[in-house]
Amino acid sequence: MTDVAAQSTNAASATPDTMAWDSRARRVMMIYLPLACFVLILLFPFYWMAITSFKPNAELLNYKQHNPFWISSPTLAHIKHLLFDTAYPTWLKTTMFVAIGSTFLSLFASTLAAYAIERLRFRGSPYVGLGIYLAYLVPPSILFIPLATVIVQFGLFDSPMALILVYPTFLVPFCTWLLIGYFKSIPYELEECALVDGATRLQILRRITLPLAVPGLISAGIFSFTLSWNEFIYALAFIQSGANKTVPVAILTELVTGDVYQWGALMAGSLLGSLPVALFYSLFVDYYVSSLTGAVKE
Amino acid sequence: MSVTTLPSRGVALRQPNWIARLFDYKPFLIVMCLAPAIGLLTVFLTYPLGLGVWLAFTDTTIGQRGIFIGLENFQYLWTDPLWWGAVFYSVFYTAIATFGKFALGFWLALLLNNHFPLKSLLRAIVLLPWIVPTVLSALAFWWIYDPQFSIISYLLVDVLHIRSTNIDFLGTPWPARFSLIAANIWRGIPFVAISLLAGLQTISPSLYEAAMLDGATAWQRFRYITLPMMMPILAIVMTFSIIFTFTDFQLVYAITRGGPVNSTHLLATLAFQRGIAGGELGEGAAIAVSMIPFLVFATLFSYFGLARRKWQQGEAND
Repeated sequence: MTDVAAQSTNAASATPDTMAWDSRARRVMMIYLPLACFVLILLFPFYWMAITSFKPNAELLNYKQHNPFWISSPTLAHIKHLLFDTAYPTWLKTTMFVAIGSTFLSLFASTLAAYAIERLRFRGSPYVGLGIYLAYLVPPSILFIPLATVIVQFGLFDSPMALILVYPTFLVPFCTWLLIGYFKSIPYELEECALVDGATRLQILRRITLPLAVPGLISAGIFSFTLSWNEFIYALAFIQSGANKTVPVAILTELVTGDVYQWGALMAGSLLGSLPVALFYSLFVDYYVSSLTGAVKE
Repeated sequence: MSVTTLPSRGVALRQPNWIARLFDYKPFLIVMCLAPAIGLLTVFLTYPLGLGVWLAFTDTTIGQRGIFIGLENFQYLWTDPLWWGAVFYSVFYTAIATFGKFALGFWLALLLNNHFPLKSLLRAIVLLPWIVPTVLSALAFWWIYDPQFSIISYLLVDVLHIRSTNIDFLGTPWPARFSLIAANIWRGIPFVAISLLAGLQTISPSLYEAAMLDGATAWQRFRYITLPMMMPILAIVMTFSIIFTFTDFQLVYAITRGGPVNSTHLLATLAFQRGIAGGELGEGAAIAVSMIPFLVFATLFSYFGLARRKWQQGEAND
């Protein structure tokens, strides 16, 4: 009897707790306030980047007379300097070329590999899948020194082709992994029907499996594009001449000169370099989240 | 399987074209499908990995083929205070940054798991630091950490009057170390939060309802339902996070390049400085190879974390 009484008092003390959880003030304190802090901190560097790129130099370095959080006379001087006095458009073009090239190469390779592993099912196919997955765990920081010598041996040093060929080493494992998951979600019966109707394996891949896997292909594609756009260490180690550099490397090595940093131009360069990925991201945000979470969940 | 092979042989008979028949021959098709991926990975990943280990035992420099010198590179590193400094900072950086990322990321995931308006928009915004090229956001941090015009110093000195002098973020060793860790945490939170959010959404609400009926407090629900259910995903995400934080390069290279007085070198930046910038490929490779034991340790950690749950595809149905 006392036991039951103790339990009921317990429940009684717990009930107001859960009721209080739903009360407005508590909800604001426990959820909205921390969330606001998170968003503020996560976005502040971008705000700072954006506001710096439109500030004239006089305002930029004078906090006493100008409120640093706002611009009183916005200017496009930094962006103009970037686009017309530096090789920035060339860097953008190179980066775009490298990102698109390596994305297509890795999508091609990983679609075929994922199809073979998931649908052609041979002895040891799970181990091949595991091997490709393990390749993802080899970080570029270990590989860049020997890879530099390999690139030199191939005569590809200082060429964007080197990057297109090397980026798939970290793109293919991820894409293959993602696509295996997608192929798995396509009913096997569809392929069997096609086989009965006399389709060849390649016809099945082209006419049945691929059209159904389009969302997976888009996820893998945008992921590859962003990762190649953001890649830094290989691009830094394999590219020497100014014209062939990618945006992240070029800003750091070509724009950071002397002792007085041109913060306006640097931030404008960072902003412009981030915009393509950010735009791309905002167009495909759902695919993004699903591929990111799907890859972890599967 | 017998059901599927019979009609395909029928197709082969109807189509005498030998190329079509070859591509319908399963072993050949498997080899053709795997060739591009395996080929790329072998040439640009497995071979360089082996080559890197070999280089670590030679005295190769840029433009000069080295000879085998045994463990000399490693013996030299063992006596090199810079290498020890890099090992120390790599471990320290990884430990503090991973802890920060997971504490804050988990908190953010729990917050995002509630219902409120504009949820999907907020989720999209939160991922931004992870999407934007690291080097470019690192530049923004470099500017935020500027000795003279740092906005943080401005806030503390001129607005809040907490300090009387500007903070020297990157000029002295310890502040520089913590500044880099803060930037790394900032960049890592979104990935952790969104991955963990996916895990949180798979936990059935009925578990929480049952616990609430039993009178569990919010803390008890977190401790005895959320945390155990999240363990498998936590283990995976943490392994990834540890591996990529330990081998981080971009952030340090962009903000401090290892300075001041080499106090913020990670193993990767030290390897770059010696191997590519300094031209001592053999020594750089040795530094890179010295990361491998740490990574193997992290992977084993993940393996044992995962062994309890068969999350990896292929295991469930083979």
